[in-house]
Amino acid sequence: MAVAALEQEILTLRKRRQLYSLIGLLLVVAVLVSGFSKSNEMNSGGFLQGLSKFFDYPGEIVAEAWQAGPAFFGLILTFAPAMLETLNIAAVATLLGGAMAVVLAMASTRNVDSWGPLIPVVRRIMDITRAFPELIIALFLIFVLGSSPVPAMIAVAIHTAGALGKLFSEVNENIDRKPIEGLSACGASWLQRIRYAVMPQVAPNYLSYFLLRLEINVRASAILGFVGAGGIGQELRRTIGWGQGAGDETAAIFVLLFCTIMMIDQVSSYLRGKLVGSGRAH
Amino acid sequence: MAVDTLNEPVFDREAVFRNVRRRAWITIGAPLAIILYLTYTWFAFGVPELLAKAQPERAVILATDSVAYKVHVTKLLRRDIMEVAIEGERRATYAQEDLPDWVQVDGTDATVDLGDGYEVTITGKVMEFFVPGYGNIKVSATNSGVTTELPPGPVPEWLKDDPRKFNARPTLDRRVQVTKTKIEVHNYFGGWENFWFSFQSELHGISFSQLWALALSNERIDPSQSNMSLIMHDFLGNPDWQHGEVFTALFETIMMAVLGTLIAALVGLPLAFLAARNFTPSLILRFGMRRVFDFLRGIDMLIWSLIFIRAFGLGPLTGALAIAFTDTGTLGKLFSEALENIDNKQVEGVRATGASQIQRYRFGVIPQILPVFVSQVLYYLESNTRSATVIGALGAGGIGLMLVETMKTSRDWENTSYIIILTIVVVIMMDQASGWLRRKLIEGK
Repeated sequence: MAVAALEQEILTLRKRRQLYSLIGLLLVVAVLVSGFSKSNEMNSGGFLQGLSKFFDYPGEIVAEAWQAGPAFFGLILTFAPAMLETLNIAAVATLLGGAMAVVLAMASTRNVDSWGPLIPVVRRIMDITRAFPELIIALFLIFVLGSSPVPAMIAVAIHTAGALGKLFSEVNENIDRKPIEGLSACGASWLQRIRYAVMPQVAPNYLSYFLLRLEINVRASAILGFVGAGGIGQELRRTIGWGQGAGDETAAIFVLLFCTIMMIDQVSSYLRGKLVGSGRAH
Repeated sequence: MAVDTLNEPVFDREAVFRNVRRRAWITIGAPLAIILYLTYTWFAFGVPELLAKAQPERAVILATDSVAYKVHVTKLLRRDIMEVAIEGERRATYAQEDLPDWVQVDGTDATVDLGDGYEVTITGKVMEFFVPGYGNIKVSATNSGVTTELPPGPVPEWLKDDPRKFNARPTLDRRVQVTKTKIEVHNYFGGWENFWFSFQSELHGISFSQLWALALSNERIDPSQSNMSLIMHDFLGNPDWQHGEVFTALFETIMMAVLGTLIAALVGLPLAFLAARNFTPSLILRFGMRRVFDFLRGIDMLIWSLIFIRAFGLGPLTGALAIAFTDTGTLGKLFSEALENIDNKQVEGVRATGASQIQRYRFGVIPQILPVFVSQVLYYLESNTRSATVIGALGAGGIGLMLVETMKTSRDWENTSYIIILTIVVVIMMDQASGWLRRKLIEGK
């Protein structure tokens, strides 16, 4: 009898699970269908009309780029300084944000003997800096400081501090505590323990996350340029604003942006592979 | 153990020292390189000029304006009219019989009590401003500009005496301006004015408990609709705050993120099978699929959204598609890596029972990658909510575009801070919800 009861129970459990999966699936489908039709109707151009026009714009700029002929490559080079500015924004933001993140991470992990009462406070600070969309900080600072790369840099750095801080503190949680204990047995101060027991263990992971963030930040700073923060985004806004006639310049920027992003992705994933053993992104 | 070390190669002194020296160089060189780089960017970004040009007072104005509002007492000299209005806006003008008690209007003349002894008297074309601790300022508007009579002594910094425009702001919350066409007094108050209902609404100025009673009562204020819908209508249609439009924009932004991420996940999963070594033996197909993922990812959301804006116009669909295209690449790559790392024993076990290929995938593969799938999708959903605000600002619509527009007009900063606060609340909510769901689904708690 016990077996029959057990079977019965398994059957009901299975039925319930199937019901839950069905509900979940229906929910996803409902969101997809209703969201799609709703946004189709909110959009100023419909999906089907848009679909036929989808290749018009890329086609247009490719045609204009084709007409420019070999001069097109020269055009790509003229935008290199703007691209460099975007890369600088991303690099400085990642450096400063990363430095802040290290401090935040060291102050918010029990495993590395952070000061107890500080831990929840620092964690909330990281949550808040992470939640702030870069756009808002950038727009605010552009208003105060004027149009320049610095607002974008600060905005990206603040977000980076929160995002990397969280990842770094997760790395801290998984380290081996024996070196810390060994050093404290010798009477090392907290800073000495961090420097000689924690840093050597976490450095490869930190660097790997740092590179991953650099990739993301290059994209983010290109986008922020579009709202007035300088760099390649601003150039793109200018050429797109001109509409017809500047298609070759737009195409040149697209190509430059695409190649740069690809290159950075490849280099960083190669380096990360060397640092942490596998090239997998987390 | 002691024996083993005997067989290990013995390092020569030179190699050890070389290693140490190299390390030492890195320890000194890396920070030095970073400092050099930062110095270079300091000048490349033009930070010195930027600091010289910065307008910190704008930050102060923004900060005060976003938590305060001002009431303008304006006398238009050409038409000889006296007006009292919130932020000087036509639709927020006080009625003549319902003026705030710190303004005394007598025909077209007025006395304004700005508190703490500050007092403004407007008579004809002359304004007298009494400032405690400084004295009486008398400004008359003439046909060509303004003439000012100041008390003796040095002119304080808060006073700008220009022959065309007189401007005095003795404290942050009191300001007087005179030009040849108008006399304007600004009195600042804390808080967000008319947040719930505008002046035009019958519901303006009533308390929450009254509102609650009204909502439940049978007597209709407006016979054509119930009180409840009147309250909703007047709140959402508030012309100063545009609650309805702000909520719609927020909804659009969330929709972009949800729709984009879901499409990306559902398209990315089957494609990921084509890019995984253990499911697609064909090298060409696999290589091609991976390059497709790289391409989708590399084009970047910025470019995708610009292309989609051209094709589909403004709206949430554009943003959703831009997110979907970029993240199909990212998620496809992640899923294919997860697929390559699965344990083949389960698949073999399912195959041994005589399962078809679809059944093998369903019962042998999917359960293994489901946790990765769910957690990555939720993680991207959360980060896409932030991206959707940015894409919106590029022109796709939603809260991002609204934010950029209110900031550009820079008319009323409390509207901007309202939008900012709502955006952050939504982002944090999405963050929390996805974290909760992830814990619930994956750890089964």
